[in-house]
Amino acid sequence: MKLELRGITKRFGALVANNNISLTVESGEIHALLGENGAGKSTLMNVLYGLYIAEEGEILLDDVVQKFAGPGDAMNAGIGMVHQHFMLVPVFTVAENVVLGHEQTTFGGRLDLSAARAKVREISDRFGFDIDPDALIEDLPVGVQQRVEIIKALSQDAKVLVFDEPTAVLTPQETDELMIIMRQLAESGTSIVFITHKLREVRAVADRITVIRLGTVVGEASPTATNAELASLMVGRAVELTVHKNAPELRGTALSVKNLTVIDARNQVVVNNVSFDVQAGEVLAIAGVQGNGQTELTEALIGLQHHVTGSIELDGKPLRGHSVRHILDSGVGFVPEDRTEDGLVADFSIAENLMLDRSSGAPFVKGGNLQLGFRAKFAAEKIHEFDIRSQGSDMEAGRLSGGNQQKVVLARELSRDLRLFVAAQPTRGLDVGSIEFVHTRIIETRDSGIPVIVVSTELDEVVALADRIAVMYRGEIVGIVPGTTPRATLGLMMAGEHAPATEAVL
Amino acid sequence: MSDLTASAAPAPAAPAAEPGRKDGSDRWTQTLRDITGGSAMISILAVVFALVVGAILIAFTNERVQETAGYFFSRPADLLQAVWDAVAGAYSALFQGSIYNFRSKNFLTAIRPLTETLTFATPLIAAGLGVGLAFRVGMFNIGGRGQMLIAAGAAGYVAFAVELPAGIHLIVAILAGLLGGAIWGGIVGLLKARTGAHEVIVTIMLNFVALYLIQFLLRTPGALQAPGSNNPKTPAMLPTAVFPDLFGPRYNLHAGFLTVIAATIFVWWLLSRSNLGFQFRAVGQNPNAARVAGINVKNVYMYAMAISGALVGLAGINQVLGTVTTGFGAGIDAGIGFDAITVALLGRSKPWGIFAAGILFGAFKAGGFAMQAAEGVPIDIVVVVQALIVLFIAAPPLVRAMFHLPTPGTTKKPKIRAVKSRKTNEVVAK
Amino acid sequence: MSTLTEGTAPVPASAPIVKPTVKIRSWKIPITFGGFAVLSLILFVGLGRGQRGELSTFRLSEGRDLIQLPEVALPTFVTGVFVAIVLVLLAAVSAWLVYSHRKISIVLTILFALLFLVGFLAWAASGSTIPVPGLLIGTVTLSAPLIFGALGGVLSERAGVVNVAIEAQLLAGAFSSAVVASATGNPYIGLLAAMVAGALVSMVLAAFALKYLVDQVIVGVVLNVLVIGLTSFLYSQVLAPSANLNSPDVFPRLNIPLLSEIPIIGPVLFRQTIIVYVMYVAVAVVYFGLFRTKWGLRVRAVGEHPQAADTVGINVNRTRFVAVTLGGVISGFGGAYFTLGAVGAFNKEMTNGMGFIALAAVIFGQWHPIKATLAALLFGFATNLQNVLGIIGSPVPSEFMLMLPYVVTIFAVAGFVGRSRAPAADGKPYIK
Repeated sequence: MKLELRGITKRFGALVANNNISLTVESGEIHALLGENGAGKSTLMNVLYGLYIAEEGEILLDDVVQKFAGPGDAMNAGIGMVHQHFMLVPVFTVAENVVLGHEQTTFGGRLDLSAARAKVREISDRFGFDIDPDALIEDLPVGVQQRVEIIKALSQDAKVLVFDEPTAVLTPQETDELMIIMRQLAESGTSIVFITHKLREVRAVADRITVIRLGTVVGEASPTATNAELASLMVGRAVELTVHKNAPELRGTALSVKNLTVIDARNQVVVNNVSFDVQAGEVLAIAGVQGNGQTELTEALIGLQHHVTGSIELDGKPLRGHSVRHILDSGVGFVPEDRTEDGLVADFSIAENLMLDRSSGAPFVKGGNLQLGFRAKFAAEKIHEFDIRSQGSDMEAGRLSGGNQQKVVLARELSRDLRLFVAAQPTRGLDVGSIEFVHTRIIETRDSGIPVIVVSTELDEVVALADRIAVMYRGEIVGIVPGTTPRATLGLMMAGEHAPATEAVL
Repeated sequence: MSDLTASAAPAPAAPAAEPGRKDGSDRWTQTLRDITGGSAMISILAVVFALVVGAILIAFTNERVQETAGYFFSRPADLLQAVWDAVAGAYSALFQGSIYNFRSKNFLTAIRPLTETLTFATPLIAAGLGVGLAFRVGMFNIGGRGQMLIAAGAAGYVAFAVELPAGIHLIVAILAGLLGGAIWGGIVGLLKARTGAHEVIVTIMLNFVALYLIQFLLRTPGALQAPGSNNPKTPAMLPTAVFPDLFGPRYNLHAGFLTVIAATIFVWWLLSRSNLGFQFRAVGQNPNAARVAGINVKNVYMYAMAISGALVGLAGINQVLGTVTTGFGAGIDAGIGFDAITVALLGRSKPWGIFAAGILFGAFKAGGFAMQAAEGVPIDIVVVVQALIVLFIAAPPLVRAMFHLPTPGTTKKPKIRAVKSRKTNEVVAK
Repeated sequence: MSTLTEGTAPVPASAPIVKPTVKIRSWKIPITFGGFAVLSLILFVGLGRGQRGELSTFRLSEGRDLIQLPEVALPTFVTGVFVAIVLVLLAAVSAWLVYSHRKISIVLTILFALLFLVGFLAWAASGSTIPVPGLLIGTVTLSAPLIFGALGGVLSERAGVVNVAIEAQLLAGAFSSAVVASATGNPYIGLLAAMVAGALVSMVLAAFALKYLVDQVIVGVVLNVLVIGLTSFLYSQVLAPSANLNSPDVFPRLNIPLLSEIPIIGPVLFRQTIIVYVMYVAVAVVYFGLFRTKWGLRVRAVGEHPQAADTVGINVNRTRFVAVTLGGVISGFGGAYFTLGAVGAFNKEMTNGMGFIALAAVIFGQWHPIKATLAALLFGFATNLQNVLGIIGSPVPSEFMLMLPYVVTIFAVAGFVGRSRAPAADGKPYIK
């Protein structure tokens, strides 16, 4: 089925999220929609899927103008979507999720899942998915959940399938498998829109590429274009993907982690017998696909996990078993991976957020009283120093853009007297300018002699920042390799293969 | 994409539309917008609208109105007259019973209703502060009744059974009551922190436990029961432990009102100036971020509920040491624990907002009794009006729609005090 | 509370990311059991009631029953000692199970609870007779409004709207059923009016929660106050002066032929009013509706993950609105119990906090219609137990008996269902 978008414009108040965007996807074509975070890709697809109503423009399927009042209409017209954040009810089974919205019933309104089960099995077999229709979604690994999303779309006979950032949660191997599936789908006549900001994937699978920036189409490209060409198109200027840094000045082991094991609330071993050291003055990057224990590892370092065994020592002093308060006071700076949920109080002002983890003593508190004068002065300084674009220190943090929110978190953590700095996914969801800012700050921190741990699922970020790289897979560290290790090797390690012996010595 | 999100971008003033205008008038337009769009105007309109609904109810249920409606087409003026008489009579009685009595020639007696209002407001403010404080920490304290009863029992026992010098006696009785309330509230915080038990259930259950406990003590000689009596009632409080009258014996207003002023100042200081309050608010707004920032969320729940319980307890103390000093029964809470929830909501959980809301509701209560006595309109109408006020204030878009007010310029995202996320439950449910 | 031990469980090679699980011991249940075992030792053995050979008699039949069962008489002290010993043993067993990483079966918990109950009844009834059918009949009757309220709450909350307004729905149902049944002289029309009134309250809740995005707990609380105020005002102003608007016919108890003659069960379940019979149907219908139908799947979907429901074309707010309204219909119907099923006239604030108990039953029952019903029955049982013991002369002050269900609930909430999981989107308005 041929899909055509003509002059789509979508506004949110004063913000123009999509400005006169036109796009054509031929039948059986994989059309990549490339753009950085916030460029308006997802908005466009939500318009296509009937979740948003565009102010201007029209959608055509096989040259017929469509009117979508909701996702139901889009689905009936043959559009399916694999969402970035899976649209699956965690406590429902696979079959229930697939059938939701299109349920068949027997006598008395009784739900009939047998057809749904058969459908799941049929599609599952066609693509070699091996999915149990009666498994609960919350028990399935993310990669499998994504396949359920695909099945869900295909079960509605989708002729146009939209993949919204589908590889964010996948290993390189799973990503490769997904590419194969997309090819298979395209060959069977399905038109595919592939939304991503990852250049490599686009070049690997797309037939055509449309690049959007700031809500506008800025150009089309063929898959033969170089990374640099695509990148400059995407951000509007030549982009340096690397960070300027000198060789690390190592000043001796600061953090020493031995035989660390973490068990989560569901009694699963999420970090399994992990040991590593970090030297003062180096960046240790922890790479790996989302959900391989990195989150829990950082939480264990900061004292947020309850069932932890093994030892964590910072400058010879044990940290394990102490409260978060104690660990913060020992000089550990922490940037949590989910900044809106764990890093900031959205309803608090910037100034209040800047003192969030120093609410128990000097200099922000004296005799139980908040030192508001000091806080205001401090906030003004940090807003200036970290270039936080705001309407002043009383502005609510929740109203800042993602980049500026992250700057608030960084300003707070880096302004303390640090002995260790842990940053989890420090640039997730940020625009390129903010990414550069954050990376520069991280390297500055390293150069000031503080040991730094950066957790990232983005290989580009890992390679840009790391002096050494520890790759995690299924809760274990597969190997610790130099920062110069080739991507291919890292990719294999992220899929669980052990590091080549020569490189693992460091 | 710009560094600021859309909502944060300064609203483009529209000088292009009316180029002739000067700065001054522009500023005025903006001010007007702020007043009409902001909460002050909404609050006033909500009160007005609630009173209108109350008026309709009063008119509809008035016998004279019903009679005249029977011959509406022959003499419509009668109906209008009857409606006016019913509504105006009721509301003027309400006003005269709560603020100023015009019929009295002497200013000192004319102003007496206002002191009645403050007397009724005293426990409402105290309990409202307690409920509001819990709201700010993200908890819902429906346990006002239990906390009041326990505090009243503790303070009352000290007040009638222990003999101490004047002054000290009063202070000890107050402290006993505060402790009682704090313990009863603290249990809730403890259970929530240690076991993850939902505070709504626990507070509801503890209300009943406290009620039956007090009932038992009230009929047990040697405990709370007055010696030589068979009634479930305590003896009168000793004069050394009673709040002195503020303006002499002709007015009911007692020094308990000063304690709630102090409590309001305390809560204001706690929430906006102290680090403990900072932690309270952080936990209330985002418990996950608070935990990551090293705040001990479990302890915050316990401290907050204990303080909340003590504040609610202050309402019970005021009841037994100020309002009803001749001995009390199990109904001493007088539903204030529940009224406090609406007071806290109307005051938007802010200390001085609660203070004002408490006085408004105190006025309704004082005036309601006068209205019932003078006009025969049941005092329950006051409850209806109170509920409607809170309902309308809670839904600004509704009030704006009803009165065709402009939406305020800054489009803040709707405030959602969502029930705690699953992740949070895990935090507390270890 | 818990200790950590070695991980086992092999990892299947095929699945990409599956983590091995370990068992973490939770000592909550053994501690709770131990507490009750100690309590039983103190009460049944320590206090030594019935040491002079008193008997505790359980009457299993009522006089008019066709099949008469003999009375069961147990020696009070011996029974108490026996029960206390068994309870101590069971507590030990549970501790051992936890120690050796085994699961404590729910059967063990039920057995423990029943035994404690038997021991307690025997102890309390020393030298007198407990009418078992009467105890249970009253339980079902007193539970009826709680069960209706809990079902209404479950429906609403499963759809993602917190329902604190059960009290208001019950009260509105009670008021309107009394008035309409009196005015029309037909209690069935009164039932209808109760449902309409409950639905109206729900619709206000839904409108404010879904359209105006007001915090749902706040709307619920305010609605309770509003309905209390309205019904009290109308009662004083309209009902009290003219009694003919507040004297509805009360539904009689209907004996179902044959079924009502089954020993014990018959009188308990099948000699009830129409309201209780409708309750049986309501429990089954709500359960079936929520878990076996297309409609239920959608309701649960909007309560768990509204966005997922939206993306497959389900109108989230409409689905929620309907579920909340239906919940109000059920709760409102339950309100009719107070006037048409029991008292026979409306009174100010006659629901007396039952709506809050129903809310507790919803949470205690983990948002599941059957479990919530069982929780409501527990509350009804405790209330009625106090009534019965009050008649035969309880050794415990009646206030403590009255307190019991609430204390048990606190223990239960703290000990067993502390981590009960609400529908994920409960209380959160859906904004695209």
